[in-house]
Amino acid sequence: MSLNNFSHELTLFQKIKNYDFILLFCILILGITSIFTMYSTDGGEVLFHTKSHFIKFSIFFPMMIVLSFINIKYWHAGSYLFYVLILGLLVWVALYGVTASGSRRWINLYFLNLQPSELMKIAVILCLAKFFHRIRTTSANSFTSILVSLTIIIIPSILVITQPDLGTAILISFSGLIILWFSGLRIKYFIYSFLIFITSLPFIISFLKPYQKLRILTFINPERDPLGSGYQIIQSKIAVGSGGITGKGFLKGTQSYLDFLPEKHTDFIFTLFSEEFGFVGSILLLLLYSIIIYRIIRAGLISRSFFSRLFCFGFSFAIFLYVATNISMVLGLLPTVGSPLPIMSYGGSSLLATMIGFSIVLSASINHRQNIS
Amino acid sequence: MFDESDNVRKINIINRRLFIITAAKILVFFGLTSRLFSLQVKQNNKYLTLSDKNRIRESKLHPVRGEFRDYFGNVIAGNNEVYQLHIIPEQVEDFRYITLRLKNILNLSEREFQKIHKKRKKIKGWETIVVSDNLTWEQFSKVNNYLHELIGVKTVLSISRIYPFNENYTHVLGYVSQANERDIIDNENIKEKFVPGIRVGKTGLEKTFENVLLGENDIQRFEVNAYGRKISQLNYQKGSKGQDLNLTIDTEIQKLCTELLKDKAGSICVMDIFSGEIIAMQSSPSFDPNLFLFGINQDDWQLIRNNPMKPLLNKTINGRYSPGSTIKPIVALSALENEVINPEFTVHCKGHKHPLELYGQTYHCWKKEGHGFVNLREGMKQSCDTYFYEISRRLGVDRLSETAKKFGLGEKVFGELFENEKKGLVPNTIWKKNALGQSWVLGETIITGIGQGFIQTTPIQLCLMTAQIANGGYKIYPKIVLNNDQQYLDKYKPLFKNSKNIKIIQKAMFSSTNEVRGTSYKSRIDDPKYQFAGKTGTAQVKRITEKDRELDLKTFEIPYEERDHALYVAFGPYKNPRYATSIIIEHGGSGGTTAAPIAKKLFKLIIDRHKLRQSVKEKKYLDI
Repeated sequence: MSLNNFSHELTLFQKIKNYDFILLFCILILGITSIFTMYSTDGGEVLFHTKSHFIKFSIFFPMMIVLSFINIKYWHAGSYLFYVLILGLLVWVALYGVTASGSRRWINLYFLNLQPSELMKIAVILCLAKFFHRIRTTSANSFTSILVSLTIIIIPSILVITQPDLGTAILISFSGLIILWFSGLRIKYFIYSFLIFITSLPFIISFLKPYQKLRILTFINPERDPLGSGYQIIQSKIAVGSGGITGKGFLKGTQSYLDFLPEKHTDFIFTLFSEEFGFVGSILLLLLYSIIIYRIIRAGLISRSFFSRLFCFGFSFAIFLYVATNISMVLGLLPTVGSPLPIMSYGGSSLLATMIGFSIVLSASINHRQNIS
Repeated sequence: MFDESDNVRKINIINRRLFIITAAKILVFFGLTSRLFSLQVKQNNKYLTLSDKNRIRESKLHPVRGEFRDYFGNVIAGNNEVYQLHIIPEQVEDFRYITLRLKNILNLSEREFQKIHKKRKKIKGWETIVVSDNLTWEQFSKVNNYLHELIGVKTVLSISRIYPFNENYTHVLGYVSQANERDIIDNENIKEKFVPGIRVGKTGLEKTFENVLLGENDIQRFEVNAYGRKISQLNYQKGSKGQDLNLTIDTEIQKLCTELLKDKAGSICVMDIFSGEIIAMQSSPSFDPNLFLFGINQDDWQLIRNNPMKPLLNKTINGRYSPGSTIKPIVALSALENEVINPEFTVHCKGHKHPLELYGQTYHCWKKEGHGFVNLREGMKQSCDTYFYEISRRLGVDRLSETAKKFGLGEKVFGELFENEKKGLVPNTIWKKNALGQSWVLGETIITGIGQGFIQTTPIQLCLMTAQIANGGYKIYPKIVLNNDQQYLDKYKPLFKNSKNIKIIQKAMFSSTNEVRGTSYKSRIDDPKYQFAGKTGTAQVKRITEKDRELDLKTFEIPYEERDHALYVAFGPYKNPRYATSIIIEHGGSGGTTAAPIAKKLFKLIIDRHKLRQSVKEKKYLDI
C-alpha cells in the first residue's frame, strides 16, 4: 500500500509538532475558569469544592496530556474492551453501587466516587466508532449492523435509566445515535424513528416517574409552583437576567452568594458564572466551547482513519450536546435534566470522562496520518 | 480489505452529515446567545428588580407618634422611653431553661410563659420574641443583674405613649392601644405604616387625628439570604415624627373640673365665648388611659366596663339630657324675638293647689306655694314653670325650635371631630309627624318650654348656647385643636333680630344668680371681677306622680337612679363676659344646690387664669 510509509512510529519531535496546542490551551483556560468559578460558589473562600475541583483538575489535566501520547491505534484496539469494562462497572453499580439522594450511581473508590455512567458517554462513542470503522457504507444500513449498534446503545442506556438517571441515559443514547448518523445510516430511519417517538410520547410520559412528570410540567410553566419545583429555574433565570451586560462582578453574585441558587456547584454553575460575568462573560464562555468543538472537528477532518474521524465528530457533538442542554436548562429552555457543563461543573467522573475524550482527540490529531486497518 | 471508492463514499457521507450537524450546532448556539441577550440585556431591569426583591428585606420600625400639648404647651400625651425584653432564640442555648429563669425574675404568669413558647414555635431562630414590652424599673434592674447569665436575652429601649395627667384628658384625647384588624382595615394609613405592636388611637382625638399623628416609619434595609437570615444592613432611612397638636384646653382648669366632679357622674365644659376655644371639657367618672397602652388586664377592664356611672361614655358630647330649666333663656328669648310677649308680660303662678290645666292634664310649677305674679325677669330668676308654660303655649313649639336650633341645639357642635358625637333632639311638629307618625299635642309644647319631654341636649350644646347668649348673640364655632384653623363664613353672624332681647335675657340670668330669691343666689360671687350670671336646671329622669308630689322627698331619700339630673349654665364675668360653662351632675338633685356651687369654684380659677391665657395669645400673635 502506498500509504504504508505513514504508519511508522512518529518521533517525539513530530508528535509535538502535530500537537493541537490551541485545544490544549482552551482546555486549560476552561479549567482555570472553572476553578475560579468554584471559588465563587464557595462564597469567596477556598473550601471543599474549590479544593477538590482544583486537585481533580490538576491530576486529570496532566493525565490527559500523558494519555494523548498513546497512539490512536491502541485506542482503536482497546475500544471494545473499554466499552465492556465500563458496562461491567455499570452492572457492578446496579448491584453494589453507592446510593445517594435516591439513586444508585456511584462506585466507592475511596479517593473518588466513580460514576461509570459518565464514562459510558465516551465508551459508547468509542465502541461505535470502532464498529462502523470496519463496516462498508453498503452494509451500514443492513439489519445486523443496525441491530448490533442499537444494542450497544440500548444496554447501557437501560442500565443507567434504572439507576435512575434519565438525563445521562438520554445523553448516552444521543452520543451513540450521532455515530450512526455519521456512519451513513439512512436519513429516513432517523425521520421515521423521530415520528414514532413523537407519536409514542404520551405513552412514554405515562411511564415517567411522578417527579419527572413534575419537571416537565414545571418546565412548561415554572410559575405554577414558584417555591417548589419551579424554584430552581425561576431563581436561575433571575440570576442570569440580573447579571446584565457586564455582570455583577467576580464574587458579587447576590443570587448565589445568598444561597438562592440551588446546585450551584454542579448543574447550575453556568448561572453563577453568568450572573457574575454577565452577557459578555457568557458569550466568551460559549465562544471558548465553540473553539474547543471546532478544534475537535478539525482533528477529525485531518484524520485519515474513519475511527478517528467518527470518534472526533461524535465527541464534538457530545460536548456540544452537554453544553447546549446544560445552558438551555439553566436558561429555562429545557426541563431540568441533570446534565453537567463539561469541565466547569463539579464532579470527578464527568471531568475524568471529558479528559479521556480530549486525550483521544489530541492523540488523533497527533496521529492524524495513522491508518488503522 | 480497503476499497478506495467505498472510502471516498464514506468520507463524502461523513462530511455532508458533519456539515448538517455543524449548521445545527451554530443554530443552537445562536439560539442560546439570543436567549442570553434577551434575559441579560433586554430584560435586565426586570430580573435585577426580582433579584433585589429576593435579597433585600425592608423592616419598618415604630413611627414616633406626634404629641398633644395643652394651651400653654404642657405635654398632655407624650412619648415615653420604655424598656422591652427581647429573646433571640438561636442565641439561646437552652430555651426552656432561659424562659424559666425569666419567669422567676419577672414573675411571669403561667399563661404568659406558655405564650412565649407558643410564639417560639411560630418564628425562625433569628427572629425576635418580645417577652415584655414594658418592664418596670424594678424588673429592668433585676434582669440587668442577671443579664450575663442570660445569653440571647437583651433589654431594648423603645418608645411608648404616656398620658402624664392620667384620667384628666381621657375623654378628650381618647387613648392608644395595639392596632387590631379592624383598625388596619379601616385606615389605609395604618395599614401602610403597620409594624407589629404599633399603637393607634382607639377613641377621641387620638383616633380623629390618627393620620397626622402617626409619623413616618424609620426603614431599615437588610440583605437577606435565601432562608431569610439577615446578612448585612444596607441602609437606614430616618422617618419623621408625627405632627404635634396643641389643644385649647387649660390643664389647671381641666384638673379643677376633674376634682369638682370627683365621685360624681357628670360633665363640665368651659368655653371662650368669642373664639369658641374649649378651655376645659371633662366627663366623670374618667379612667386612666395609660392602662390601655400595653393591653388592659381583665380585672381593670371589667371594673371600667361595669361601672354604673359609665366611665367609657364621654358625657359632654355623647350624653343626652333633658335640659330642664336651662332651656328657659332660649324659650324666653324666642318669645321676645317673636314678639309673643314683652318683658313686662305677667303670669299668675298659684302653686300646686291650682295647677295649669289643659285637656284634663295638669301642669305643676316646681314650687308648692306658687310664685304669685311673675314677669319675665322674675320668672327666669325663680325659674317659674307656670310662667314658661304660658309663654311656650303662646309661642308654639315650631318657633321655639327654630330659635333653639339657631343657638346650636339639635346639631353636632364639633362636626366630625369626635366620632359618636350626639346631635340631641329639638322637637317640632314636623319632626314628630315624620319620626313618630303622630300629631303634635299642645301639652308637649308646654313641657318643652321647661326643657322636658322630647327635647334632648348634650352638655356641650348647652355650653355653646350659653356662650352665644353671653357674647351678645353672635354665632361661634367651638374648637379644641389650636392648629386646626378652619374658616367659617358665618362666624360672628348675629343670631338675634333685636340685640335688646339678648340683653334682657342676660340680665334675667344675672338676677337668677345675683339677686335674692334667685335659684342660684347662694352660689353668687359679689366681687365684680368674678361675678357671673347663670341659669339652673333640674331635669326629671322619671315622671313625677301625684304620690311623689305628696311625699315630697328630699334628694337623698330617693334611690340614686331616680334622682333628678342637676344642671347649670353660666357665663362670666358679668361685665365684659369672656367665658361660658355648662355643668351637669347626673342624679345630683336640684341644679341650684348641686351644680351651681361648682360654677362658683370654677369661675374663680377661670378668671384668675384669664390674664395668663391672654398673654400667651398675644405672644402667639407676636410670633407671627
